[in-house]
Amino acid sequence: MAEASPDPVPPISGASQPPVPQLPSGSGFRLAGADRRATLRRIWLDTFDWRLYRAGLTLEQVSRAGAAELRLTGRDGVLITAEPLPAGGGRALPKWPLQIAGLPAGPLAEQLAGVIGVRALLPVVRATSVLHEQRALNGDDKTVARVTADQMSVTFPAAARLPCRLAVRPVRGYQAQADRLAAQLGALPGVSTDGPAPLETALAAAGRRAGDYSGRIDVDLEAGMPAQAAMAVVLTALLDTLEANVPGTIADTDTEFLHDLRVAVRRTRSALKLGGQALPAGTRAQFAPQFKWLGDLTTLTRDLDVYLLGLPGMTAGLVGAAPADLDPFGEHLRRSRASARRNLLRGLRSARFAGLRQDWRQALTAAAERPRRKPPVQALAAASIAAAHQRVLAGGAAITADSPPERLHDLRKRCKELRYALEIFASLNAPDAQWRAVKELKGLQDCLGEYQDTEVQRAELRTFAAQMMAQQSAPAQTLLAMGEVAAGLAHRERAARAEFDSQFRQFARPSGQARIQALTEQAGQASR
Amino acid sequence: MKILATYNIKGGVGKTSTAVNLAYLAARDGYRVLLWDLDPQAAASFLFRVRPRVKGGGKALIRGTRPVDDAIKGTDFERLDLLPADFTYRNLDLMLDSAKKPARRLASLLAPLRAEYDVVILDCPPSISLLSESVLHAADLLLVPLIPTTLSVRTLDQLTEFLGGFAGHKPQVLAFFSMIDRRKRLHQQIARDLPAARPEFAATIIPALSVIERMSVERAPVAAFAPRTQAALRYRELWREARERARLADPPAVP
Repeated sequence: MAEASPDPVPPISGASQPPVPQLPSGSGFRLAGADRRATLRRIWLDTFDWRLYRAGLTLEQVSRAGAAELRLTGRDGVLITAEPLPAGGGRALPKWPLQIAGLPAGPLAEQLAGVIGVRALLPVVRATSVLHEQRALNGDDKTVARVTADQMSVTFPAAARLPCRLAVRPVRGYQAQADRLAAQLGALPGVSTDGPAPLETALAAAGRRAGDYSGRIDVDLEAGMPAQAAMAVVLTALLDTLEANVPGTIADTDTEFLHDLRVAVRRTRSALKLGGQALPAGTRAQFAPQFKWLGDLTTLTRDLDVYLLGLPGMTAGLVGAAPADLDPFGEHLRRSRASARRNLLRGLRSARFAGLRQDWRQALTAAAERPRRKPPVQALAAASIAAAHQRVLAGGAAITADSPPERLHDLRKRCKELRYALEIFASLNAPDAQWRAVKELKGLQDCLGEYQDTEVQRAELRTFAAQMMAQQSAPAQTLLAMGEVAAGLAHRERAARAEFDSQFRQFARPSGQARIQALTEQAGQASR
Repeated sequence: MKILATYNIKGGVGKTSTAVNLAYLAARDGYRVLLWDLDPQAAASFLFRVRPRVKGGGKALIRGTRPVDDAIKGTDFERLDLLPADFTYRNLDLMLDSAKKPARRLASLLAPLRAEYDVVILDCPPSISLLSESVLHAADLLLVPLIPTTLSVRTLDQLTEFLGGFAGHKPQVLAFFSMIDRRKRLHQQIARDLPAARPEFAATIIPALSVIERMSVERAPVAAFAPRTQAALRYRELWREARERARLADPPAVP
């Protein structure tokens, strides 16, 4: 078919009036036919952390008179899947943000599920396109391509009018002539042939760029930088991440806003502990308790999120009980979460939280503006990583078969501190050495995480059961099913505990230690 | 995918005009349509402004050394593609003769296009030949334009008898009177009486109208350049009958 087969000629962008420019005589082509017009309302969608963009995908809701669809394309603009949306005007269209369960069931939802996971799809750009289409005729007056001029106005995240964008769609069998036409159009004044994708153009016009948020510590520390300035850069980036996740947490858009907010808080606390001495005197003492308060404020809601996210897995793992037996438990978790969230929201809307953010940013700005010249950041990095590494080695070596669970939980915290130290100073290390160090640590972290999570969840399960009994909301079959879940958790807990020794041996072997020492020596040498 | 063919042993009876207009109307209804101009005179290719040339000629297509979809060209109309004529098509009989199962060859060449098109229309040259036999085996519906004369009706009878000898798949026949001259009493009489008496006849007749001749000047289907004319109306009626007779499913929604 003329629509589907030919390779699309790259779009052409540039300012031009009228929408489709006139070709010079002697070009061998002319634009003719009725100028077909259409107005499209376009919403580009992605998760807050750009999972679709990072996977090379673009999702767009396109609606025009009487019809709407969701279109998933690759980065090359080639359509992968389209899902028609119910007709009936704006009221029938999806109300974004939505998680995967809110999308129409079908191939599109299936493809997206593997990429976006538990995250919600949010509008990243809203725009209106007025399209003018004309036919391009060759010397035989045969249509060889359709030329579309797209005049797009961005309405979100900021209002902007984009330069007119031309696209040449070849008619089947006329690719070579369409290529020549595109080259001629591209050579016209004010028109270029290498326009970026519409999403990126629209974002740029609105002052954003695709992929401008990630949960990682995305800072570029320079060698020789004063440690105080470096810590201010790192902690400011963490404060930005924390603040970026507050609206989504308050709106309960998806569970990962709170998760990323908590990670930013934990990293801040670790950075204060490991590198706080580089900041002006009194900073750590003033802010460490504040961030502990903030971390504690978020814990209960996150624990319940983890439970609820794991509930389908728990249900699927039941052997004796029926899946529906856990419904009252799920209901109890949802009620508990609603209650925990009320407390969380009070905290996030409190003057204390607003004051903390304001005071912390001021303190960091001041630290960045007037840094002490010494020590350099490499010395701080070497000392922090070495100290965190030593604490992991000592804590792990002290654990025996008789050690209580708390010892392993403490070791997990030390591992997180080492992980954060590696991540905070990552830009100072050779990427390969950094990657190997993190990979080795991750195996131990996963084991300790599984052990603590299952141990805590099992203990919490008892608490939940007691609460449900007290509220007379626990039928016998639900308690039996919860018992089965507890048994499954106990089994996983024992397996993780049994795996600990080999995981720690693996981490603590001489080659791993040498790798961390090389990282710290490298940083230390650079500081001298 | 349904395969329709405009066929008559005689030339100049309106086969190409019918093929071109029905292909256009099918595409306008939302069907994905391929028109194969099998006539080396290349009238359908001319009407759609497509150069009558296929790389490697008919031999490459029949032998399968060049995939059919490589030779397809888009027309000026959405959803309507053309497989152009080539002068070497005058030897298609010889080419088919050297192919395996020549009578089934067209059907096997079109089979890979099943997912891409809803309707294929074959515009056949006037003849009785191996090519015609291959067309008759491939088609689901034969559209047979007839000039209302006794001799013309006899050729339809011969065709029906020939198809009666087919084992297995047989195309349906939809005959219709074409190029009716309203000034000729015999034309009027035959066109009035026969359709009522014979079920293979369409109720629609296509009169001889100058606007149909103008297609070669406009180089477009009459239904496209003169949609409000009597000729366009008749082709629309004929398309409706053909669509029903071929039991064509509803077209996909037009985006």
